[in-house]
Amino acid sequence: MIAFLNKKEVFTHYLATLKYALYVITHPFDGFWDLTHEKRGSLAAANTILFLTLLARVMKLQFTSFVFLKVYWEGINIFLYIASVLFPLALWCVGNWGLTTLFDGKGTLRQIYMATCYGLTPYPLIQFPLIAFSNVVTIDEAEFYGVLSVISLLWAALLILAAMIQIHEYTVKKTLLFTVATGFSMLVMIFILLLFFSMISQGIAYFISVGRELLFRM
Amino acid sequence: MKKIMKRISALLLGAAVLAGSSTVAYAEKGYTYNYDWWEDVQYSPDLYEVTGVFTATDMGLEDKLSGPQGLYVCGSMIYICDTGNNRIIELERTKKDSFECRRIIDSFKGDVEITTFSSPTDIAVSEDGCFYIADMNNQRILKLDKDLNYLMQFDQPVDSTIDPASRFLPNKISIDTAGRVYCAATNINQGLIKYEPDGAFSGFVGATEVTYDWTDYIWKRLATKEQRAKLASFVPTEYSNLYMDAEGFIYACTSNVTEDDLADDSAKPIRKLNLMGTDILIRNGPFAPIGDLWWNGENSGYDGPSLFSDITALENDIYVALDKVRGRLFGYNDQGDMVFTFGGAGNMDGYFRQPSALDHMGHDLLVLDSVDCSVTVFSTTEFGGLVYEAIEAFQNGKYYESGEIWKEVLKLNGNYDLAYIGIGRSLLRQEKYHEAMEYFELKWDDENYSKAFKQYRKEWVEEHIVLIVLALFLVLCLPLAVGRVRKIKHEIDTADIF
Repeated sequence: MIAFLNKKEVFTHYLATLKYALYVITHPFDGFWDLTHEKRGSLAAANTILFLTLLARVMKLQFTSFVFLKVYWEGINIFLYIASVLFPLALWCVGNWGLTTLFDGKGTLRQIYMATCYGLTPYPLIQFPLIAFSNVVTIDEAEFYGVLSVISLLWAALLILAAMIQIHEYTVKKTLLFTVATGFSMLVMIFILLLFFSMISQGIAYFISVGRELLFRM
Repeated sequence: MKKIMKRISALLLGAAVLAGSSTVAYAEKGYTYNYDWWEDVQYSPDLYEVTGVFTATDMGLEDKLSGPQGLYVCGSMIYICDTGNNRIIELERTKKDSFECRRIIDSFKGDVEITTFSSPTDIAVSEDGCFYIADMNNQRILKLDKDLNYLMQFDQPVDSTIDPASRFLPNKISIDTAGRVYCAATNINQGLIKYEPDGAFSGFVGATEVTYDWTDYIWKRLATKEQRAKLASFVPTEYSNLYMDAEGFIYACTSNVTEDDLADDSAKPIRKLNLMGTDILIRNGPFAPIGDLWWNGENSGYDGPSLFSDITALENDIYVALDKVRGRLFGYNDQGDMVFTFGGAGNMDGYFRQPSALDHMGHDLLVLDSVDCSVTVFSTTEFGGLVYEAIEAFQNGKYYESGEIWKEVLKLNGNYDLAYIGIGRSLLRQEKYHEAMEYFELKWDDENYSKAFKQYRKEWVEEHIVLIVLALFLVLCLPLAVGRVRKIKHEIDTADIF
């Protein structure tokens, strides 16, 4: 009985935090402050929003009218396509956290992740109806589609910026500076990863060729 | 390169990932091909087959042709400018695969100093049988009557932009029904020279407007004098050839294009000029008519883009351009969609060593090869005949028939995009919008799809108007009703009558 009640409470809490995303996107400064400081957000809700974002992107490929999105299916790898969101997101969170902890940022990695995911809310919120919308408009009305699509991205970007201001307790100027710096740190990380993987593959190739040589001689 | 650009732009909308490099094996796998919406090569059955390759012997001439440059077809007569031998050969096509020499024109009568030709490069024949001959090294365009009597000549235009001391080298000519002469001359890049019937120079036609780009400006400001001299100067077009179609529009082609311009579609190697000299060519196809879309590829085997040396327009508004680099023929319809590409460089029949001129006789295409000294005649195959039939049926307003013929085309080649779009357009005219949409969607034709969808949507709304009004009514009134009910409930709950 208690377990059930507990479960129900957890569930209502989850729903409340998810619903809070709708408040956050309309009241970003207020919302992001309370998100972490008043514990009105949850990781589960953040994960859900991220999942919906990925779902929106994948569904968009399949269900958007070809008038607006022509997909070269031969060139699509669904895992790579999903990774094209997750990988930059991971880099962003780690890069941002790594930099801001050095410069008086108050946010933890968990908070940065949560706030960023909450910031993504407008994307699924606009993109899902857009998929349906794309199927009832012609190319003459393409501007509506384009504008709404841009709004969904711009809104999300501004929300993430606001989130960074609130959770790190930075000024606007400092946030902008650190957003750019995070961009560079992402590039550095990509560079190191590439270096790492190319080194590893070179190393493996070396041992393989040594092994081959041995096999030939024996 | 263009293809990757297109894919990126298409996928940027979805910010999709380009997995793997888009390399399409471009080795010669077939003779005839086309491009699909994604600009991938789709091999196709031949639209044209070689009826014959005719050399001087086959035409009944004693000595070989030498570097022939010009070809003109008038009815069943064919005129070849045998440039190296300073003569013009008049042939008649007696049967589908045989030619007979009617006359060898190497001089004319008249009261002028020189009554022979020196490197004649092009010829045109008017409706009343007058010959117009670009007599290049004699620096004149001759007008002769049908019995080869000298009538008049067109000389170097007198214009402030032309140095009178420079040599006038008329290369290619065309005439309109009123007797005006249009000439593409070597070293003259102001456009086509236009002469009135009385021989007066009346201006240049079809000069490209010189565009000015602010990035060029910045580069020029930063560059040193030497670097600036090396930068490509803004030189307008020098046309390589021209063709006057039956309606009086000039199809002109130029080989003066850069790869960058071709890649971003700002180069216009093929133009259709109206009387004002404005380019009115329709470029509604998924890619611009620039010849091959691939060049410099590892497998393309050719260096550089297609360069056109001649162009001709059939009566059904399909125009065919001749690529001298690859020895290929590119056919486009009046909307700018590619209809076919075939040919190649080589010694076999249907391949060329240095194609110099192109003309058509009905649906047949004639290509003059200036190294091989031969004329290759192409006739349509069953497939090509059906494609033309379908296009012409549509142009003549027989939309249903056109659709049926396109279906026949599809039986022969299921990869032929124009057939799907053709069926779609036919269905659109028959007001079968939903079916038309399916055909357009298959071949990514968003413009036509939108046209069909607009009509379909209108029909749908008209059919379901009751439902829509009902739904709207519910959406608007339900919250009101719910609110009212809640209010009453609240009043009852809070009332203290109990």
